[in-house]
Order: sequence, then C-alpha cells, then structure tokens
Amino acid sequence: MTVMPVWHVEEEADDAILCLSGDWLVRKTGMRTMADVRFAIGSASRFSRARFDTRQLGEWDSALVAFILGLQSEAAQLDHPFALDLAGLPEALPRLLALVRADPAAPKADATPAKATFVARVGLRTLALSSAFRMAADLTGLMVLSVKPALSGRLYARGADIAVLMQECGAGALGIVAVVNGLIGAILAFVGAVELRRFGAEIYVADLVGVAVVREMAAVMTAIVMAGRTGGAYAAQIATMQGNEEVDALQALGVPLHQYIVFPRVAALVVMMPVLYFYGCFVGLLGGLVVSVAMLKLSPTLFLEQLRPAVAGTEFGIGLTKSVVFGAYIALAGCRIGLSAGRSASDVGRAATGAVVAGIIGIIAMDALFAACTNAFGL
Amino acid sequence: MTPSDAPRVCCNGLTLGFDAKVVLRDVTFSVRRGSIFAVMGGSGSGKSTILRSIIGLMAPITGSVMVDGQNLWAAAPERRIEITRRFGILFQSGALWSSMTVGENVALPIQMFTQLPAPDILALVRLKLALVGMGSAERKIPSELSGGMRKRAGLARALALDPDILFFDEPSAGLDPITSRRLDELVLELRDGLGATIIMVSHELPSLFGICDDGVFLDADAKTAIAHGAPRDLRDRCALPIVQAFMRRELSSNLQGRKGKNGAG
Repeated sequence: MTVMPVWHVEEEADDAILCLSGDWLVRKTGMRTMADVRFAIGSASRFSRARFDTRQLGEWDSALVAFILGLQSEAAQLDHPFALDLAGLPEALPRLLALVRADPAAPKADATPAKATFVARVGLRTLALSSAFRMAADLTGLMVLSVKPALSGRLYARGADIAVLMQECGAGALGIVAVVNGLIGAILAFVGAVELRRFGAEIYVADLVGVAVVREMAAVMTAIVMAGRTGGAYAAQIATMQGNEEVDALQALGVPLHQYIVFPRVAALVVMMPVLYFYGCFVGLLGGLVVSVAMLKLSPTLFLEQLRPAVAGTEFGIGLTKSVVFGAYIALAGCRIGLSAGRSASDVGRAATGAVVAGIIGIIAMDALFAACTNAFGL
Repeated sequence: MTPSDAPRVCCNGLTLGFDAKVVLRDVTFSVRRGSIFAVMGGSGSGKSTILRSIIGLMAPITGSVMVDGQNLWAAAPERRIEITRRFGILFQSGALWSSMTVGENVALPIQMFTQLPAPDILALVRLKLALVGMGSAERKIPSELSGGMRKRAGLARALALDPDILFFDEPSAGLDPITSRRLDELVLELRDGLGATIIMVSHELPSLFGICDDGVFLDADAKTAIAHGAPRDLRDRCALPIVQAFMRRELSSNLQGRKGKNGAG
C-alpha cells in the first residue's frame, strides 16, 4: 500500500536530477532527517543546478514540503552558486513554499528568554507578596467604606445577586457543615470519654465537648469547610470572568468592582457564617451527646445540665466573633486572588487552589492569634 | 481508494436538534472533492449546528453524514474518531488552549497522534506556523495575540496533521476587512497547495463571494436548506426573496420582522 519514500541523484548534461519516489506522508512514513537533506545536497552539489523528477512520486504531505524546505536552506549555504529548480515538483508545492517564504519572521534558532536568577526570583516573589498584602488591605478598607452606601441602598450591586450568594453559601452548605461538625463533636466526646473514664470523671465529657465545640471547633471547622467550598468557588468564578472580559466590561461601564463583585460576596459570608456557626455548634454538641449517652450511659438530661454552666455567653461570644472574622477573610481572600488572576484556563485552577490554601492557612493562623489574645485578656 | 469525482462529504436527510427542539430537518447536500463549500444562512439558522454534526460533536436525530463513503454516525466510536482525525477544524475564536504557547498548541495534535521524535515535531510546527505567516509567534501565549493572529494560529493547529478536510466556523468573524481578505487569500492558497476540501460556515458576504465555489443556504423559519449552489450564483440567479435579501444585505420587511423575533444572536 504505502511505499517508503526514497530519492536518488541522476546526472543529465550539466544538471543533477533529484528523483523522488514513494509516499511522503508524515503519519505513515515519517520525516526525513537533516542528515538525509545534507546528503542529498552533498551528492548534487557537484553541479550548479538541480532539477526534480517526480514521476514516481506517490502521495505526499508536509513531509515532502519540509524536505524541500530543508534542501532550499542547505543549498543557500553552499559556498558556490547552486540553483534548485522547483519546476519539476507537483504544481501545488511551489505555492506552499512561497507561503512559507512570505512569513515575515521565520523564528530565530533559540530565543529562549534568560532564566531569572535565584536572587531575582526571591525579589520578585517578595514584591508580589507585598502588593498582594496592599491589595488585601485596600479591599478591606473599601468594604468598610461600602457599608454606608449599602445601608442607604446606593450600592453598585444587585440585591438579587446577594440573595443568591447567601443561599449558595448558607443553605447550600448545611449538609457538609452538619457532617463535619457532628463528627468532630462525636470524636471529641469519644476521646474525652476514654481518658476521663480512667479518673471516674465521665461527667466532665460534657464540659470538654461544650467548650471545645463552642469556643473553637464549630467556628474553625465551619470556616475551613467554607474556605474549600466557597472561597475557591469565588476565586474560580472571578478568574473566569477575567478571562471572558466580563470584569473589563464592568470596569468600562464604571461599575466599581469592589462594590459589584467583592462586597456582595463578603456580605453573604459575613451574614451566613455566624448562622452556620450556631448550626455547627448545635450539631457538634448533639454529636457529643449521642456518643456520651451511648458510651458512658449518661442520661441526656444530665449531659445538658452539666453542659449549661460550662458554655457561658463568653464562649459563644468568642466563637461568634471568630466566625464573622473568618467569613470576611475567606470572601476577601477568594475575591482578591480571583481579581488578580491571569486569563488562561490554568490560571483559573491556580486561583481556586490559591484561594483554598490561603483560606485554610489564614484561618488557622488567625485562630492561634485569637487564642493568644483571649488568653492575654483572661477570657 | 474512492474515485476522485465521488463527493467528499455527503449529508442525507439530516435532522438535528437539542432535546425535543428540532433546529434543522431533512438537510441534504454533498461536497465535492477540492471545493470550498459554504454553509450560509442568517443568525440562528443552524449553520454551526450542522458543522458540529459533521465533525462528530453532535449526533443527528435522523439522517446520515457520509465521509468518503463511510457513514460517520453509524460507525463505532473508535472508527468515528479515526474518520474525524483526518479533519482539521478552525473554531470561531481560534479555541487555542490558553495555557500553552502557540507552538505547543500546534505540536499537541502531532504529539498525540504520531510517534515522531521531538526535532521532527518542532520542524513540522515551524512549517505549519510559517505557512500561516505566524513563525514569529511560536513562543507567544494565546492571550498575547490579536484576533487575526489567533485565527491564523488556530489555522496552523488545524493543519497540524495534514487534514484532508478543513472546517472553518466563521473564519472572518471579528476581523477587519483587510485581515479578513488576507485570510481568504491564505485559505485559497492552502486549498490549492494542500489539495484539501474546505467546508466553511460564514455570513461574511465578501468571503463567500470571493472564495466559495459551492454551498447550501439554510433558513431559520423553514428549518432546512432552501437553496443550493455557489454564493455568486445564488446572488445572481436565485429567485427566493430570503436568499436575495441575504446576498444583497437588504432589509426586507420579512427579515426585519424576523430579526425582532430572533434577537441579535
């Protein structure tokens, strides 16, 4: 079926004749190497002119075009005049060669941009980090400034958008928040029960679960869930809007991005996070109650009686404050990373990853800061 | 081997639609080997839909697409991929992979479907880019290119595997008249140079008259093909008012009424 491409040189008067035969198809018979090209030119270069004989030529595609192009560029480098007569080639070939020659800037061999040195990379990273911090600070300030127009209804944002965002990050997260917090409460009770039983202090499992869930776990675990679920989504969505020039369209219209894009998201999370926090507390304590009843044979009434004085208003206050701060942080981080993302598909993925990582690290770091502060204030 | 006068692509009684909504019904036409075939029609007439069906992205409800005598949609999926691999497709906005350089975009089909060594692939990539006049953009990423350059880069990628049949979806949409004219010239040169058959979807009149030698006219209301022939012939000879209005850019009362109903898309 397919015949391997071959060529040989014949002499006729003062001309070399390059006889081409076989099928020159990239996907069936591959490409000729530069060595082949040089050899062909070498054996024809005794003459001053070469013609082609293509009577035996079968099917051809780019493999032949590349071969002829190679011949042309090699012929141009010979130190004596050597003419390559294209007339004998299939009619279409010279047209393709003309198109290639018309290309204004055939690429220079290797124009790889110089690699940045280690010092330069550290410097660039540092500058990028500081500009990221500045942008985050700017956005935070702009959010505070947007509260007044938001309350008086003069915000460049649509109420319906805020409602949808709230529904997505609030009601939409109920399932996963319940699973995570319920299991955390149950695990705390289980670990506490095993340890406290050795001292005969089973009843204090209620205190342990209560303080841990209300003060720390409900806020932190809910925030981590939301960073993965909502922060990443915000970043990906805004980065995709960048790629589609939607952000440009808003800016060209004169709509402030921080009001139209960032504020609704921050507002949605700031409002919904405390609600999710209380819900997380409830499910977490319920998880602890179930394990206590099942493992320690405590009566539910006893558990609740023990729990009531343990989780005072202060504990809820601390957890609630954290949840508001975490909510604002997750939304701001997601929006900032989305707004400064590039426009390609992998930039969208990078933005989503970056938002989740920044969200989780930030939450844990801020939680540690909260712990230090509350300790210092003796709360 | 098929005889050289047999049609390259043949659509028989093609009915296409989304879910329950039929977009086109009973469309029949055939594309000669080596011709530049235009799929014409106003916005919303199903031009792009028919293209999607021929390139294997959307199964017809009834009817068949024959490529070199083989039924595309009756073939097993693996066979279908084998048939469509001989197609080169230029999407409307280039559809370049945004996170790769232009050179990598052109190289990917070659890497996926051949076992060529890297230097050969590089040589082929440079050849294809030079063919469309984009040799200087090999290391650029798509977002750095202008609309016309993106189209040409997309064309280089479509040419990567030396296709027998090229599909263009709105090749000149979004280009200025001169760039669009150059692209037309390039398409003609490539057709003559490569001996490929070209099927293009377009409503750009200058390109249609300039380069297409056959075609089919689809109508959104009739939901089928209402005229066959080269755009020039349809302009000069077709008696149908809708076709005449399209070819002469007239706002007949009929068309104006329709525009309001269909919106701009």
